[in-house]
Amino acid sequence: MSNLLAIFFGMALVNNMVLVKFLGLCPFFGVSKKLSSAFSMGIAVLLVMLVASGVTWPVYHLLLAPYGVEFMRTVIFILVIASLVQIIEMAIKRTNLTLYNALGIYLPLITTNCAVLGITFINIDQTYSFLESLTAALGAGAGFTLVLIIMSGIRERLDLADPPKAFKGTPIAFITAMLLGLSFLAFNGMV
Amino acid sequence: MHSFGKNFVKGIIRSNPTFILLLGLCPTLAVSTSLDNAVGMTAAFLFVLLVSNIIISLLRNYVPDRVRIPVFIVIIASLVTIVDLMLQGFVPALSKSLGMYIPLIVVNCIILGRAEAFASKNGVSDSIADALGMSVGFGLAIFVISFIRQLLGTGELDLFGRSLFTIPGLSDNPVSIFMLPMGAFFVIGTLLALFRWMGVSKGE
Repeated sequence: MSNLLAIFFGMALVNNMVLVKFLGLCPFFGVSKKLSSAFSMGIAVLLVMLVASGVTWPVYHLLLAPYGVEFMRTVIFILVIASLVQIIEMAIKRTNLTLYNALGIYLPLITTNCAVLGITFINIDQTYSFLESLTAALGAGAGFTLVLIIMSGIRERLDLADPPKAFKGTPIAFITAMLLGLSFLAFNGMV
Repeated sequence: MHSFGKNFVKGIIRSNPTFILLLGLCPTLAVSTSLDNAVGMTAAFLFVLLVSNIIISLLRNYVPDRVRIPVFIVIIASLVTIVDLMLQGFVPALSKSLGMYIPLIVVNCIILGRAEAFASKNGVSDSIADALGMSVGFGLAIFVISFIRQLLGTGELDLFGRSLFTIPGLSDNPVSIFMLPMGAFFVIGTLLALFRWMGVSKGE
C-alpha cells in the first residue's frame, strides 16, 4: 500500500508530467487561459490516461512480450490510444450529454497529447505491475490537472497585470511555469 | 525551383515551428540540456519528417479522406520505430540520454501538422523543401536553447566528448538552475520576449 502511495505522489508532485518531464505542454499553454476549460481538460486527460494504462499494460505483457515483438510498442500503443479516445468520446456522447459538451472538444486533442503516450511508456520502462500502472496513471493525471488549474488561475490574474510589452502573453506564461516548477522542487525529498 | 526555395525558407524564420508556432515543445525543452542531445534530436526529427512528408505526398491521391489521420499516424509511428532501433543499435549512449523522447516523436504536433497541412496537399519536391526547412527551424531552436542551457548550466560547451569552450570561473560555480527543467522554461520565455522586442515575431 505504501508502495502505491509513493508511486501516486511521486508521479503527481515529484515527477510532475508538465513541470519536470515536459509532457503535455501543448494543452498546458493552449488550454490554460480559463479556469473552467482547464479543469475539463485535466479531467479528460486523467480519464484517458487511466483507461490507456489499463489497456496498454495487458497488450504489452500478454501480446507483445510473449511473441518477442516489443519493438512494435510505439505503433501499437498510439493506435490503441487513438481508438480508445474515439470510443470514450462516443460513450460519453451517448450517456452524458452535459459532460460531452464540457469535454467534447478536448477529447480529440488528447490523441496527440504526449502525456498520455508518455505514461504508457513509463509504466513499461519502470516495469510496474498492473495495479502500479493504474496508480501511476492516476497520479500523473492528478498532477497534470493540478498544475493546469494552478496555471489557469495565475493566468486569469495575469491578464489584469501589466508586464513589459514584449513579455505579454506567452513569454510571461513560460516565466510563470518556471516559478511554478521552482516551487514544486520543494516536493523533491518527499518520496 | 522558385517554390522549392520559398517552402524551404519559410520554416526557418517566418513560421519557425518552435519560436513562432510554439509546436512540439515537449522534446525541445526536455532534451535541450547538451549540444549532443540537440544533434541527436534534430537528426531523428529530420529523418522522420523528411521520409513521412515524402511518403504522404506520394500517397496523397490514394488515401481516402476519412481515414487519412490514422494512416498518417501509422506511417509516422513506423518511421519513429526505425529511428529508435537505429539509435539503440549504433549510438546507445545518445539513445539512453534521449530516452523516451525518441518514441514520443510520434505525437510531435509538428510532424503530424506538416503531414496534414502540407504534404497531403502538395507535390513531392515541395514537401521535401517543407520538411528540410521545418527541420532546420526546429534544429536551430533546439541548438540555441541547448547552447544557452549548457553554457550557463555547466560553464563549458562540449560536443561528443570534445571540449569546445570553457568560461573561467563559471565552470567551478555553474548556474545549475539552467540544467534543471525550470531553466528550459526560463530560457524559452526570455527568448520569445527577445524576438518580440526585436520585431521578429508579432505580439498578441
